[in-house]
Amino acid sequence: MKVIIMGCGRVGAEVALMLEQEGHEVTVLDSDPAAFGPLGYLSEEFRGIRMVGNGVDQDALRHAGIEQADAFVSATRGDNRNVMACQIAKHVFNVPRVVSRVFDPIREEMYRSLGLRTINPTRIQARLLKEALEKEEEEPVSAGPGAREEI
Amino acid sequence: MYVIVVGAGKVGYYLAKELVEEQHEVLVIELDAARCASITEELGEIVMQGDGCEASTLERAGVGRCDMIIAVTGDDEDNLVVCQVARHRFQVPRTVARVCNPKNEEIFKRLGIDTTVSATSVIMAHIEQELPTHPLIPLMTLKGGGLEIVEVKVPAESFVVGKPIRDILLPHQSLISLVIDTEGHPRIPTGETVIRAGDEVVAVTMRESEAALRMALTSSKGMGLPGSP
Repeated sequence: MKVIIMGCGRVGAEVALMLEQEGHEVTVLDSDPAAFGPLGYLSEEFRGIRMVGNGVDQDALRHAGIEQADAFVSATRGDNRNVMACQIAKHVFNVPRVVSRVFDPIREEMYRSLGLRTINPTRIQARLLKEALEKEEEEPVSAGPGAREEI
Repeated sequence: MYVIVVGAGKVGYYLAKELVEEQHEVLVIELDAARCASITEELGEIVMQGDGCEASTLERAGVGRCDMIIAVTGDDEDNLVVCQVARHRFQVPRTVARVCNPKNEEIFKRLGIDTTVSATSVIMAHIEQELPTHPLIPLMTLKGGGLEIVEVKVPAESFVVGKPIRDILLPHQSLISLVIDTEGHPRIPTGETVIRAGDEVVAVTMRESEAALRMALTSSKGMGLPGSP
């Protein structure tokens, strides 16, 4: 599968490496060249394509090969950039699989109702944190192997 | 009319000012506190501080009863989202977005934004009008269908000079709908109308046929297709 990932932050870099190691053809797009530098998050093991470009610019997307892409993921910090890029991928370039990260739950709900596939980290993380807290009350969380006995 | 303007940069400021002068009810939404303060100072209590992309901000602004929302921040993606949230969540009847990248105009229209304004496109159109190397000027794009109305100035060396329209070979789905002579007199053409050097020809064409149409009306060889007179 040919995948374009927009945004090379922690999440974008992680998804890129995971997919690339599973044998997919991955291109990572970020508007900041420093994202691919020594201070960036992308592992040196990543053998896909690193490309500097603005994902809400259709010329940059074309340059990244969006016309042949099977999937597009947007994971920048900006909700608006993410939903705009995904809408371009879906409606202009007809990419079959498009997923957008959207932090704002209200915007996420709206774009989902408009037919975009969205992931809302805010709700997911809040739920996970709450579940972790609730578990702690029932059973003490282990500090490591053998730690429980010491308690 | 109740108009909400999102973004109080230079464009937003002058737009709000003009709208207030024309007696409209105006609310400007701006994120930056200092900018809000200076506009309040100059134009009065017409500013609300907040992020216009957030549904809660728009709700506080009374977006439900507004007649038009105009997004004029400096970022195309923000302007798109403001208009989409206003349209889909609050059923605002008319949405207008400023776009910086002219290529986004078509995308925005496809995504349901009623009107887009691109300073880049406007300036480009002016440049194209001035430059002799751009004899074809796009006048307007018709919604849907990929049709455009364009204007072509016929140069003296053109193959079509002195020919009646019925003898001119035009690309597929192109139609000459108006001929304006050098004195500025417009004529609705028939097949008998003869094209003269310096005439401005207004034609309807498919976007893909633009280049061929320009060639047909300006080149000294016409369209150069087999069978051309």
